Amino acid sequence: MKKDIILAGVGGQGILTIAATLGLCAVEEGLYIKQSEVHGMSQRGGDVQSHVRLSDKPINSDLIPTGKADMIISVEPMESLRYLPMLNPEKGWLITNSKPFVNISDYPDINNIVAQIEQVKNHIILDAEQIAKDVGSPRAANIVILGAASPFLDLDYGLIEIALKKLFGKKGDDVVNLNLAALKAGYDFAMKNR
Amino acid sequence: MQKLLLLGDEAIAQAAIDAGLTGIFAYPGTPSTEITEYVQKSKEAKEKNIHSSWSTNEKTAMEAALGVSYVGKRAMVCMKHVGLNVAADAFVNSAITGANGGLIVVVADDPSMHSSQNEQDSRFYGKFAMVPILEPTNQQEAYDMVHYGFDLSEQMSIPVLLRITTRLAHSRSAVERKAVRKQNELKLPSDLKQFILLPSIARKRYKGLLENQARFLEASESSGFNQYFDGSDKSLGIITTGIAWNYLMENYQDGEVPYPVLKITQYPAPRDMIKKLVDECEEILVLEEGYPLVEELLKGLFSIGLKVKGRLDGTIPRDGELNPNIVARALGLPDTYGQDVPEVVAPRPPAMCPGCGHIDVYNALNVVMADYSGGRVFSDIGCYTLGALPPFNAINTCVDMGASITMAKGAADAGFVPAVAMIGDSTFTHSGITGLLDAVNENSPITVIISDNSTTGMTGGQDSAGTGKIEAICLALGVKPEHLKVIKPLRKYHDENVQIMKEEIAYQGVSVIIPRRECVRTLDRRMRAKHLKKEKK
Ligand SMILES: Cc1ncc(C[n+]2csc(CCOP(=O)(O)OP(=O)(O)O)c2C)c(N)n1
Repeated sequence: MKKDIILAGVGGQGILTIAATLGLCAVEEGLYIKQSEVHGMSQRGGDVQSHVRLSDKPINSDLIPTGKADMIISVEPMESLRYLPMLNPEKGWLITNSKPFVNISDYPDINNIVAQIEQVKNHIILDAEQIAKDVGSPRAANIVILGAASPFLDLDYGLIEIALKKLFGKKGDDVVNLNLAALKAGYDFAMKNR
Repeated sequence: MQKLLLLGDEAIAQAAIDAGLTGIFAYPGTPSTEITEYVQKSKEAKEKNIHSSWSTNEKTAMEAALGVSYVGKRAMVCMKHVGLNVAADAFVNSAITGANGGLIVVVADDPSMHSSQNEQDSRFYGKFAMVPILEPTNQQEAYDMVHYGFDLSEQMSIPVLLRITTRLAHSRSAVERKAVRKQNELKLPSDLKQFILLPSIARKRYKGLLENQARFLEASESSGFNQYFDGSDKSLGIITTGIAWNYLMENYQDGEVPYPVLKITQYPAPRDMIKKLVDECEEILVLEEGYPLVEELLKGLFSIGLKVKGRLDGTIPRDGELNPNIVARALGLPDTYGQDVPEVVAPRPPAMCPGCGHIDVYNALNVVMADYSGGRVFSDIGCYTLGALPPFNAINTCVDMGASITMAKGAADAGFVPAVAMIGDSTFTHSGITGLLDAVNENSPITVIISDNSTTGMTGGQDSAGTGKIEAICLALGVKPEHLKVIKPLRKYHDENVQIMKEEIAYQGVSVIIPRRECVRTLDRRMRAKHLKKEKK
């Protein structure tokens, strides 16, 4: 098993929650992991990415080579496109939120962005915020995206549930259940639209 | 032993706690900040009473760590690469005094300048000071090298430089802990003159340092961290330093490199191992995360008789960090690439947060400066540096911490009046105070704006050394009370603030304006913590 994943978003959007969940999955499953994060200047509302590498064999580089990522998981549509040089053009999957995060004055027309996303061979685009709202709170949008990515992760679905329970356990049952529902809603969307 | 999922920074911190650390000293700076933060948050560290509060700058941190070492205990000091410029006087001289308790100087370099003004390579400082350098390739090695580094420092009575780079500092992986060691007992150096660097003593100490180079080299050859791997194809020999090793191995997934490889992670560079590689191979490829230090060493001035490939001959780009693709191309291996970024994607540079007080300062300052010709705002390093970008375009310089005040003074000394300095509270106490004293002593016609958000914002909101003391500091330096103004950077006071700035900038002497409003991020964090506490009750 080997999965190379780019997580993408904007500083402050919390892609590290997805990274932390994948990290817990790896620990639970006894997989090797390397996960590089962005700290520092870009966190002030700039573009941020994280490289997450999971494997049953030791991993060398902290960075994924260009063209070799198995997935881009993005919480923002324009940001999902920024990492196309990283994605395996044949086999790679792009999973992204459709809801733009607009903090620049020249944010492009969202229709042009969606059109580009739809040109990527394997892609799933979903309004994670709306779906999260429907299951309880827009704050779980991240986990909806993770759910939509879950069929392509080569990780047992139950394993991701265990990781979420661990991650949110301290915050009480309501928060855990909200996130489990968000995961499921994302998963269902992906299974219907893949 | 227990396995933890840790950032490179965190692995270093955990190792220091486990290796009997007594005190960690640091000023924040990306990518080094998380080392000290980890110790601050660690329950174990608290139980063991390990010192971990922030220092005012890297020099005070380095000197405090040396003080801990002087009394025989183990100390760590952490900084980003440019921080070592600030601490350089203490660092270079600490090689002459030597260490008593184990002393590790951790410096995190930032090749490709993700969050920095330059990409200087700290190994040159280590070489310059003639101390042993450790350069781990991964999180586990970082952990192990801290244990080894403290022992090495005590055995050789020398501070040890631990050099890491961004991708190791900020990447997470599993780390296995070692047995925990107790802190050292208080024990002064056996020679109580050792730390008195009067010329007569310093000369002796320096000769000792020179003699010790052979022992440092011997440690490099025999510690086991530098490794030689044989390969059947001797047409090429490869040297990697630090994390370049990972990028090499990424290109040989089966772990079999056809060429001999020397993996360097400890310096002085291991002479015998390098000689073996050079004798065996026709050409040498040097892969270094940083400047071409080993490459220059091999090449000499005229590269007589040895073909060396690397950053100097264009095989590897001269600047920037390495990655697996750069290494693949250097080896003539097939490269991979996805698709180009579509044109529709717009850049998304970092920006000041909505509601940030610096924004209100710039909105007022821009109105005032519109009355003068341009190029008059000397600024500094922090969140407010983002005022250089549109829509503000409000500042003209950002060089090194504290340079706003002193550069404004120099410009004013040269007749360029008015000159304005724009600096943050943490940067002011880091390196601005001495410059302000210079300006006061000559009553230079400058206006210093200390934009006080009561935190070290850019690096994530660490305590700021001057919180609650800024006016007192300025007055004590001799700033006239009638030209020290505290204002509130809020939209509703805009006109009033413009007026105050106008008057002070027109004043022909030193004036200080302190716009003060808490950072919106620390405020948010404080409110959330308060809310959580209430909920728990
Ligand atoms: C010598 C040196 N040390 C550390 C840093 C990292 N650094 C850059 S900005 C900054 C914080 C500045 O804080 P402050 O002046 O209060 O401004 P704020 O970011 O809060 O607006 C730090 C620590 C640096 N660039 N140079």
